[in-house]
Amino acid sequence: MSETFTLGIGGAAGQGVATPGDIFALIFSRRGLHLNAYNAYQSIIRGGHTFLTIRTGVDEVTNQGDGMDLLIPLNQDTMDRHLRLLTDGGACIYNADSIKPGEAAAGVQLCPLPVSTLADITRNKVAQNTLALGASLSMMGVGFNVLEGVFQAQFGRKGEAVVNENVSIARAGYEYATANFKPFARPLPMTDKRYAVLAGNSAMAMGGAAAGVKFYAAYPMSPSTGVLHWMAAHGRKAGILVRQVEDEIGVVNYTIGAAHAGVRSMCATSGGGFALMSEGLGLSAMAEIPIVVIDCQRAGPSTGVPTKTEQGDLWQMLGAAFGDYPRVIAAPLDIADCFTLMPEIFNVTDKFQCPGIVLCDLLLAEGRLSVDPKILDFKPHIDRGEMITSNGDAHDEYLRYKITESGVSPRAVPGVPGFTHVVSSDEHEENGVLISDEYTNHAKRRAMMEKRMRKEQGIAAMVPPPVLKGPPDADVTLIGWGSTDGVIREAIEQLAEQGIVANQLQIRWLVPLHGDAIVDILGKAKHTIIVENNYSGQFARYLRSETSFVANGHIRKYDGEPFMPHHIVEAVREQLAGSTTLSVPTHEVMV
Amino acid sequence: MATINAAPPQLLTMADLKGKVDPDWCPGCGDFGVLAAVQKALVELQIPNHSVATVSGIGCSSNFPGFINTYGMHTLHGRSLPVASGLKLANHDLTVLVTGGDGDGFGIGVGHFVHAMRRNINLTYMVLDNQIYGLTTGQTSPTSRVGMKTKSSPYGSMDTPVNPLTLALSAGATFVGRGFSGEQKHLTELIKQAIQHKGFSFLDIFSPCVTYNKDNTFQWFRPRVKKLEEDAAYDSTNWIGAMERATQWGEIIPIGKFYERTDLPTLEETEPVLDDMPLIARDLHIPEDVAKQFVEELM
Repeated sequence: MSETFTLGIGGAAGQGVATPGDIFALIFSRRGLHLNAYNAYQSIIRGGHTFLTIRTGVDEVTNQGDGMDLLIPLNQDTMDRHLRLLTDGGACIYNADSIKPGEAAAGVQLCPLPVSTLADITRNKVAQNTLALGASLSMMGVGFNVLEGVFQAQFGRKGEAVVNENVSIARAGYEYATANFKPFARPLPMTDKRYAVLAGNSAMAMGGAAAGVKFYAAYPMSPSTGVLHWMAAHGRKAGILVRQVEDEIGVVNYTIGAAHAGVRSMCATSGGGFALMSEGLGLSAMAEIPIVVIDCQRAGPSTGVPTKTEQGDLWQMLGAAFGDYPRVIAAPLDIADCFTLMPEIFNVTDKFQCPGIVLCDLLLAEGRLSVDPKILDFKPHIDRGEMITSNGDAHDEYLRYKITESGVSPRAVPGVPGFTHVVSSDEHEENGVLISDEYTNHAKRRAMMEKRMRKEQGIAAMVPPPVLKGPPDADVTLIGWGSTDGVIREAIEQLAEQGIVANQLQIRWLVPLHGDAIVDILGKAKHTIIVENNYSGQFARYLRSETSFVANGHIRKYDGEPFMPHHIVEAVREQLAGSTTLSVPTHEVMV
Repeated sequence: MATINAAPPQLLTMADLKGKVDPDWCPGCGDFGVLAAVQKALVELQIPNHSVATVSGIGCSSNFPGFINTYGMHTLHGRSLPVASGLKLANHDLTVLVTGGDGDGFGIGVGHFVHAMRRNINLTYMVLDNQIYGLTTGQTSPTSRVGMKTKSSPYGSMDTPVNPLTLALSAGATFVGRGFSGEQKHLTELIKQAIQHKGFSFLDIFSPCVTYNKDNTFQWFRPRVKKLEEDAAYDSTNWIGAMERATQWGEIIPIGKFYERTDLPTLEETEPVLDDMPLIARDLHIPEDVAKQFVEELM
């Protein structure tokens, strides 16, 4: 990755961290820069400590990085927590009236703003934020006129007076900084590219819309609620029916009902809500009604840490619902993938009439990324599988669960004349008649189990195996799954600078796993380390259970915060030196 | 997706509605009478069976969809209403009937019951109420009377029974009725009205369990049930009056249409996305200009 610029804005919830964050993001993306934003916060509406990190650069920015170039503390607490993140060349812009700077590292520029003399703080409560915004742009070498357009976009709805007031406060900050502070060594670059900036939740919602989802149900639960918010705001325009229902049991069953009618149907939740959906997943599998459930992982167990990230739901997904049944589980690798995965997984679930799980996490769900708008393709390939939606030939004896070689039976949707049948959560014959109540039949039960499970072969053929990235003869192979893709990639770049050659095997499809292909790759690796955001090494245990493969070492983090590249770099170094096989990096910053 | 062709005009008969298998209920079970009444109602209303979906939960009475030739869904215990609601919203051209027992609807599924009613979604929900858990061989149910001795309440049930009618009335159901399996003609009429009602219609139907409930038998009900329709002064548009009659229990137990209001729109009517066509008829791809707008918002 080429040079990046990272800024952090922090304050109590309600102090207005989000607005300058949005404005910076808009300025960066309109300058043709990539960005990655991550907000650390707590389950509180007012107070607490919110810290937004935005990292920008010319190339794709895959994670929040290690350091910080500019800190904007909106209160003393933020100053005290984060000033030590700044290194030589960094700067801290703060309200000189209310915040005292701490001990800064050598070469860090402290930039006090005399807020009460630069703006009328009795009129504008967030004047310090706007002044800091103006000052920052001056120091970054960004022309002031950019801000006017952005303010228009941000505050235009509130009227011209509000826009003008903000412009004049920001200008005061800009001019003060130009006169009093040293600009950053390198001005912010600019390209002619244009990017869309979005959160993983919006990306999954939009990906669903692109995949042809017509029904979405949800119960609010952090960190998945953003999917509901996007759907609720855009559903009517997109022709998607969006329902908030009584609980997650209701959610999954509404989703199944709509899917049975013949529409693509999905829902999203987090670990606790998913636990309630478990029985529904079994119904989807048994009745062979395709649905897609999104799980945005947060730190568990139980209510856990609702605003913090983790990859701790893997075994819940693997064990969801009782009995054996075919299904797919995929973990998007980044926010762009949150979009592109949706049509792919729907094509699999429709074709094989089974449930699919998108295993996302808070880092992606609530993080924001710049993506090439071309990635947001609303005309993806759609394959609905074998469906009977018009009456066609008259059927005396339609067999909804006809035993076939592929395990897939053509699916008639309610309303089609000549194809009435019963679908059931009970085991059933080919024609839908129960083989659980009036009589049982072991031969039919076995045939029906085998029919359903045969789908697994077709699914495995449809879903690609993972690919090793980087030099095949590397000193170390880092194995990750889902959202750790970007941070591992950057750690590998840093390792290379330090003379350690690493490659990466990132898993996107967890079920089917393609164990043979993975063992084939890892069998040739010199040293293998599994990186994951949980305590017990859930993926390491899964890989071992499926393939008997045991990695040489593990890097795990379960403090609620995502990995930073240096966490992985330092852990790899200590493991290659032979000092440990399990590294648990400490998150240095209190957020 | 291809559109669904219209059915050839053909007269629906009782034979058309016969399921693939005969009911496996105990001989004499009240559920037989309810099944027959539903089939008769559909024949009298001439609703083609391919446009009817029958959705149930789990329990003796929830085996219902297997015994009637419609599009059937035998779902999870207590979850018939959310499944049926999703189905109806995705294809509101279907007539959706929901069947189940008192354990399914007033026990494990009571949360969904309350919320479905306040949404006024156009479903017909029939609870075949036998005041006992039958398929699990006789335990106390949410409608079992206090003192009823069952395998799970050998000293007598201690919990106050749910009153399904007052619950439905207070949750906002726009059609509330009670029938009795032993009163076929009356029940058939009631089911017809419930199906024709625009909005959520709820019928609590006494359907005695001949095996496990020795308290609330056909013989017990027969002299007690009194048809509201025989009371010329009864006004089924009066909610307060309906609440009063719904609490009447003992020597006289009213059956019939307790309450109906027709002035409220259904959920499907309120939802603009469903205005032009059912969801299943919509183009899979969203319009290009709309998609473009969604992306531009992010730039």
